[in-house]
Amino acid sequence: MNDLEKLQDQSPHAAAIGFVLTGTDGPACLFKMPYAEHLIGDPDTGVIHGGAITAILDNACGWAVRNHPDWDSESSMATLDLRIDYMEPAIPHLDVLVRSECFKLTHNIAFVRGVAYQKDVNDPIATSMATFMLGTPNTPREQEIRSSL
Amino acid sequence: MKILQQLREEGRSDDMQALAEHIPYARFLGVRVDRKSDEMITVMPFKDSLVGNTNLPAIHGGAIGALLELTSVLQLLLDTSCEKLPKTVDFAIDYLRSGRPLETYGRAIVTRQGRRVANVRAELWQDDPSKLIALGHGHFLLAPV
Repeated sequence: MNDLEKLQDQSPHAAAIGFVLTGTDGPACLFKMPYAEHLIGDPDTGVIHGGAITAILDNACGWAVRNHPDWDSESSMATLDLRIDYMEPAIPHLDVLVRSECFKLTHNIAFVRGVAYQKDVNDPIATSMATFMLGTPNTPREQEIRSSL
Repeated sequence: MKILQQLREEGRSDDMQALAEHIPYARFLGVRVDRKSDEMITVMPFKDSLVGNTNLPAIHGGAIGALLELTSVLQLLLDTSCEKLPKTVDFAIDYLRSGRPLETYGRAIVTRQGRRVANVRAELWQDDPSKLIALGHGHFLLAPV
């Protein structure tokens, strides 16, 4: 099992949105996205934008791969696809919670599911299914170009 | 949505830029709308807070997904001129290339519009329109007009 500490480094976009890893539960990762004004999609109702849910689910799924017991911490990955089903709008002024789990890791691909909820994990506001390609380039592009010359 | 009603009353129901400015999350991403005759293009200028991978660097998949979804909704509002925001039922994203630290453009087409639900496809590119960085397709519930 990976160290929770290793998972803590945040991307600038995650920091800007304001979501944080709150812990792990076996192979699953748990996240929280506090309600914030800049996440609102409909100013009439205060309901947060679907795009913010997309962002936290995408990030949560990536972290779940890194939390898989067979994940090679030297490796890298890229999202291949992500499908989100929106079940109901998030209740305004209430945090969004996410539970993500990588349920299969093969040589090339990681398969991950995620659930976004507010009060009860069994009453989701959205669910997601994602696949990640493993061992993708993770070096600055300039170096990539130089090495191909 | 009040702004949609207001724009309609002012005869500006196709002013998607005014609508985008009214959505806090669209402002947070920095999305603006360009119109070239009939075609609508969304533009997301690069900024550091969009970065997901600092090593490459690459734009966060969530920001890519959000731009696809936003482009789809704006195109749908333009085509249907409904007064409520369509509700996303599902949205699927294919990531084709990593988003480099450049301006990102998006366009969408409403592939099928029924009475209650619409099917929309969207695509994003950066400096080369022939090299798409992401594709999206989704279903949206339309509010009864």
